[in-house]
Amino acid sequence: MGDTLLEIQNLHARAGDAQILNGIDLTIRPGEVHAIMGPNGSGKSTLAGVLAGRPGYTVTDGAVRYEEKNLLELEAEERAREGIFLAFQYPVEIPGVTNNYFLKASVNAIREHRGEESLDAIDFLSLAKEKMAIVEMPKDLMGRSVNEGFSGGEKKRNEVLQMLLLEPKLAILDETDSGLDIDALRVVANGVNALRDENRSMLVITHYQRLLDYIVPDHVHVLAEGRIQRSGGKELAHELEEKGYSWLEEGASA
Amino acid sequence: MTSLDATNERLRALCDAAEISGARDEAPLGALRSAGREAFRTTGLPHTKLEEWRYTHLAPLSNLTLELPIAEAPVDRALVEALATPVFACGLAVFANGRPRNELFGLPTGDVELLPLSAGSPVLGSLVDVKLHPFAALNAALLDDGVIVRIPAGAQVEHPIHLVFVSSSPQASLISSPRVVIEAGAGSHAIVVQDHVSVAGGRPHVTNAVTEVRVGENAHLELAVLQREDDSDIHIANLAVHLERDSRFASHVVTLGGRLIRNDLTAVLAGAGADCTMHGLYVGTGERLIDNHTLVDHAVPNGTSRELYKGILADDSRGVFRGRVVVRPDAQKTDASQQNPNLLLSDGTEIDTKPQLEIYADDVKCSHGSAIGRIDEEALFYLRARGIGAREARALLTRGFAAEILAALPGQPLGEALTADFVARFATGAEQ
Repeated sequence: MGDTLLEIQNLHARAGDAQILNGIDLTIRPGEVHAIMGPNGSGKSTLAGVLAGRPGYTVTDGAVRYEEKNLLELEAEERAREGIFLAFQYPVEIPGVTNNYFLKASVNAIREHRGEESLDAIDFLSLAKEKMAIVEMPKDLMGRSVNEGFSGGEKKRNEVLQMLLLEPKLAILDETDSGLDIDALRVVANGVNALRDENRSMLVITHYQRLLDYIVPDHVHVLAEGRIQRSGGKELAHELEEKGYSWLEEGASA
Repeated sequence: MTSLDATNERLRALCDAAEISGARDEAPLGALRSAGREAFRTTGLPHTKLEEWRYTHLAPLSNLTLELPIAEAPVDRALVEALATPVFACGLAVFANGRPRNELFGLPTGDVELLPLSAGSPVLGSLVDVKLHPFAALNAALLDDGVIVRIPAGAQVEHPIHLVFVSSSPQASLISSPRVVIEAGAGSHAIVVQDHVSVAGGRPHVTNAVTEVRVGENAHLELAVLQREDDSDIHIANLAVHLERDSRFASHVVTLGGRLIRNDLTAVLAGAGADCTMHGLYVGTGERLIDNHTLVDHAVPNGTSRELYKGILADDSRGVFRGRVVVRPDAQKTDASQQNPNLLLSDGTEIDTKPQLEIYADDVKCSHGSAIGRIDEEALFYLRARGIGAREARALLTRGFAAEILAALPGQPLGEALTADFVARFATGAEQ
């Protein structure tokens, strides 16, 4: 494992008026998969949102460095172009914009940033077909409006398809497993695993240990009350599954 | 004297001038003109004290000193070709300031006859009451010529009939009076595109159009009215449709240009089982004011109407939508819906939307709704989180909002051409 890809130091953040993050420290190196687990309201989605540049959050203290850049100074689209990808917990429906048009615009925005040539309609389609096969995505979803009328599983597959197309350096999966049945979960996990390599890092946020049977993490962190309370290897996830989160909350407030 | 009074005086003088130059006219045109003159002399232009004109001040019009179009206006072949090519029409007719110029540009129209108004039509003057509509009265009084589109019974016309109206006011502001009559024969199927554009430069032009449509028994007619004139132009349109038994009609009124636009669209479902769709898209940039007044009149049983008008307002533009749906006592089993969603892109915009359902029958299904929204911040973030820049993301979401109407335009080439026009105008016209 080489240099640091992402370094979060003493991160404090508010969502509106509520103080949510109370000093997060986390270092992710290229190729590492980190899982963040925690109860509802612990700050998991806030952390994902702050890293991706979602509006509505205020960083009150701390710093985030990404590849030697001050991440917090970049606009959301700049972070995406620099290789950060957020798989949304609730993918957004966009009426009147076809999935095909959206994905092509996205891929080409990122290719342009990397100094690569834009893909034309035909080249894009053949790339999309290859990636769609990995997530077993029905072809007709490409011609439909983005996420409109998609089932919960189709929306999450669409997220992973985007990830496969954009090939990020750091993928943040925000509760990608919630609401999925086991078959859909397996498909989504296969898509994520297809991207795993020694240079690509992942931050997998989940409420349930189940996902981590399919996407096996190198490190597991337990988040409660806006701080990482414990870190460990993948066995920590199993411990949490047995004991639940209640002992942590007691420990944190004690 | 107010500027409206002065304009009325000016327009009445133009009516007199038109009367003298048209003295040789015979019936039925002569009768239509004199009825229009008489009505306009009595009413003059409407003012904001009238409920129907409450939100629409005619200042941009009354500030102009108007002249009648007399000389043959020049029409640029390249302009016509650029418009006509993507429409893929089976027939093309070109009008310059309301006058037919088919000796220059006409294309054969197969089964469909394109006739001068002097050929006469039972529909001409029968669907719009000049006593109730001052601008229709003015159109009749100043009428020069127009076109009768006669679609024979049973004709199945696959490609659109494209009527291109080119307006130009190179020196003085001119008022043109396009007049269209469409007779869709029983069992026929056709698409008509009434396309209004202007030659750039010169003075603001006023287009005051009247279109009367009769859709015969079991006929199916699609009518697209495209208003894409110069940003300083004024467009007043009165569109009246009469639907006979089991007929289908769909209007697509797309407004992308102009300074002041007022559309009165009335459809009477006069025969049982008729089906009426009204689609509208109005796009405001700059100081544009777009006013759409629609009326769906369910007079007999088993009628269906679907109305969807979408508005996009940017900069300091304003929109007015008033949609009346009347279900008369005999019109049982009517199924009517009306929607008017609006997307406001800046704080300077204003929309006055008022659905008005008047239901006098008891066994009916009617719904309506209007909505006013802004760009969805979560959708904007979603696009940006995929690397798409903020400006492009907004444009994409705006286009997505319009797509429902543009995609429903008859014929795929027309939908694509209008989408391209929408994107081009919007990218340059609106501050995002």
